[in-house]
Amino acid sequence: MTAPARITYREAVKQGIREALLADPRVFLMGEDVGKYGGCFAVSKGLLDEFGEERIRDTPLSESAFVGAGIGAALGGLRPIVEVMTVNFSLLALDQIVNTAATLCHMSGGQFPVPVVIRMATGAGRQLAAQHSHSFEAWYAHVPGLRVVEPATIDDARGIMRAALASPDPVIVFEPISLYNMEGELTDAATKVQLEGARVHRAGDGVTLVTYGASLWRCVAAAESLAPEGIDAEIVDLRCLRPLDDATVLASVRKTRRVVIVDEGWRTCSLAAEVGQRIVEQGFYDLDAPIARVCTEEVPIPYPLHLEQAALPGPERIVAAVRRLFGHAD
Amino acid sequence: MLTEFRLPALGADMDAGTLVEWHVAPGDRCRRGDVVAVVETDKGAIDVEIFVDGVVRELRVPPGTRVPVGTVLAVLDTEALAAAPESLPAPPPTSTAEGAVAASQQRAKISPAARKRAQELHVDVVSLRGSGPEGAITVQDVERAGPSPQPSPQPSPAVVGEGAAGMRAAIAAAMSRSKREIPHYYLATTVDVTSAVDWLAARNAAAPVTGRLLLPVLLVKAVALACREKAGFSGFYRDGRYDESPVVHVGVAVALRGGGLVAPALADTATRSLAELMDGFRDLVTRARAGRLRASELAAPTIILTSLGEASVDTVLPIIQPPQVAIVGAGVVHVRPWVVDGRVVPRHLLTLSLAADHRVSDGRLGAHFLARIAALIADPAAL
Repeated sequence: MTAPARITYREAVKQGIREALLADPRVFLMGEDVGKYGGCFAVSKGLLDEFGEERIRDTPLSESAFVGAGIGAALGGLRPIVEVMTVNFSLLALDQIVNTAATLCHMSGGQFPVPVVIRMATGAGRQLAAQHSHSFEAWYAHVPGLRVVEPATIDDARGIMRAALASPDPVIVFEPISLYNMEGELTDAATKVQLEGARVHRAGDGVTLVTYGASLWRCVAAAESLAPEGIDAEIVDLRCLRPLDDATVLASVRKTRRVVIVDEGWRTCSLAAEVGQRIVEQGFYDLDAPIARVCTEEVPIPYPLHLEQAALPGPERIVAAVRRLFGHAD
Repeated sequence: MLTEFRLPALGADMDAGTLVEWHVAPGDRCRRGDVVAVVETDKGAIDVEIFVDGVVRELRVPPGTRVPVGTVLAVLDTEALAAAPESLPAPPPTSTAEGAVAASQQRAKISPAARKRAQELHVDVVSLRGSGPEGAITVQDVERAGPSPQPSPQPSPAVVGEGAAGMRAAIAAAMSRSKREIPHYYLATTVDVTSAVDWLAARNAAAPVTGRLLLPVLLVKAVALACREKAGFSGFYRDGRYDESPVVHVGVAVALRGGGLVAPALADTATRSLAELMDGFRDLVTRARAGRLRASELAAPTIILTSLGEASVDTVLPIIQPPQVAIVGAGVVHVRPWVVDGRVVPRHLLTLSLAADHRVSDGRLGAHFLARIAALIADPAAL
């Protein structure tokens, strides 16, 4: 990985899985259509031919059953990667994830860790309508015993699988649907990706934009719009949604004193709410303006493109929220 | 969003008021700063300003009613003004704009970071104008008003360099607040300063030009010494409480050529010699007119002397600079007929005035204070 190459997010995820399959015979991938069809989002295309049916397993349409099987395989000593098409389908496996994967290690006094990696696509932006466009990251980030990550960059997408498989805890990996086609440069940083910790994606001293997932790129666009106005935005990519990295967020807030949290989840009971409250608890006296949030409008995600885009926390809404923090009119 | 407009305390000791008259009716639009009602208090009828922009929805208190401070007088819709005709119906509360806060309008908004910074820099935030969201005072506002965070050998410029409009606005804010909050009382007395004028003439005749003293310097010293003797005139009234300053810093009002004025302090006035004060005075005037005052000098005065002698007025009735509690005025020195020992003789006369805060001192004490300044002036050699 010495010469930087331009690849898609989809390719980066696939390379991560392939590397894991090559490196450890205990690793296998299973899920709906991951084999012959090559994955609902074409992430696993070609892996069946390379690794065979033993390690690239198509499953029946029963999320509860195959996530449960993945947990059992992890308990039995394997390192399963379970793909649950989109986050809404994971709700059918919620009991397995929350009541089994997250608890067994703790209920057994550490005797039975569950090193399963569960991947799922998340978010809106591809006109998949209300039932396939959710951002339920906050639901999983609520649960002790789970680790929750959401790579937003090519490097993170490429490197996260190695870190996730090395964890003894169940790891939920969210992959933003709208990023699969994103192209970017793959760098050596991909070899050093850690499971935990936020990252300053863009340094600045005027305002902190805290975000994760696809909204990272909305923040990047907003920061570019704000720069000519003399507002130098710092962008913090949370990366890991459980546990949250308070130190990186707070260090940025102490520098800029203003925060806008950008979250594709709905605002009520959101990750944005949690991050904002932590800032208040630990950084109240460093704030120079109320904490602002830009989240998805509280409606089931509409199908029509213009309405879907209007519901999402787009760059214009982020820019407007930042301007308000500086006392500027919209 | 509906906001309640409550009867504000229009003075530290006010706990109730009688609504005399409404200047608005339901449906009227009003802007922050508009006078919406007249309220009769113990200290007289007061125009009450509104602190929000909005449309009046309901008047809750009919004229003639006496109500306690804090009573809801009216209900305003603060979003009606912003709503465009083609906009959708008002969204439910969960969908209010990002970052909007349903804030109470009853106290000045200051960010937590700005409050902390103001404490560090000893800046009085009440007189600041906020530039942040909803007019909140921000760290930048505090630092602009306060001493430079890093001690620098050069005086920080731009303290008075924000342009005439900014200075006008600052004076407007401070003086409006003073007249709104401080119950002034005024005293004046004519003082025979012949002995001081003669003493200065004799002393200055023997001194080089740069070493000559001016009468205002004697007045500055006399005010400082009188403050040390009489409590209640050199200090700050904040949050309903007066604190006498342990050290007297007399500020001198300096008119600026472009309009406006500043009142930088001569630090620790009472312990400095007349020669030192003269040098300090000359330095302050020069730097004030060059726009190179230090913010700390502007924030420091515990009492101000304003001398309008150059403008040939007899009597000055000055306005106190909050949170100070007194200001001394000096008019022009006239040679006028005066009765001394039963005979009319020409004497140098000066009208000395005092505006003081009735929450802190009373007229009788003020009279003693003024008399003490006059007595000190009469014996310049002892200053």
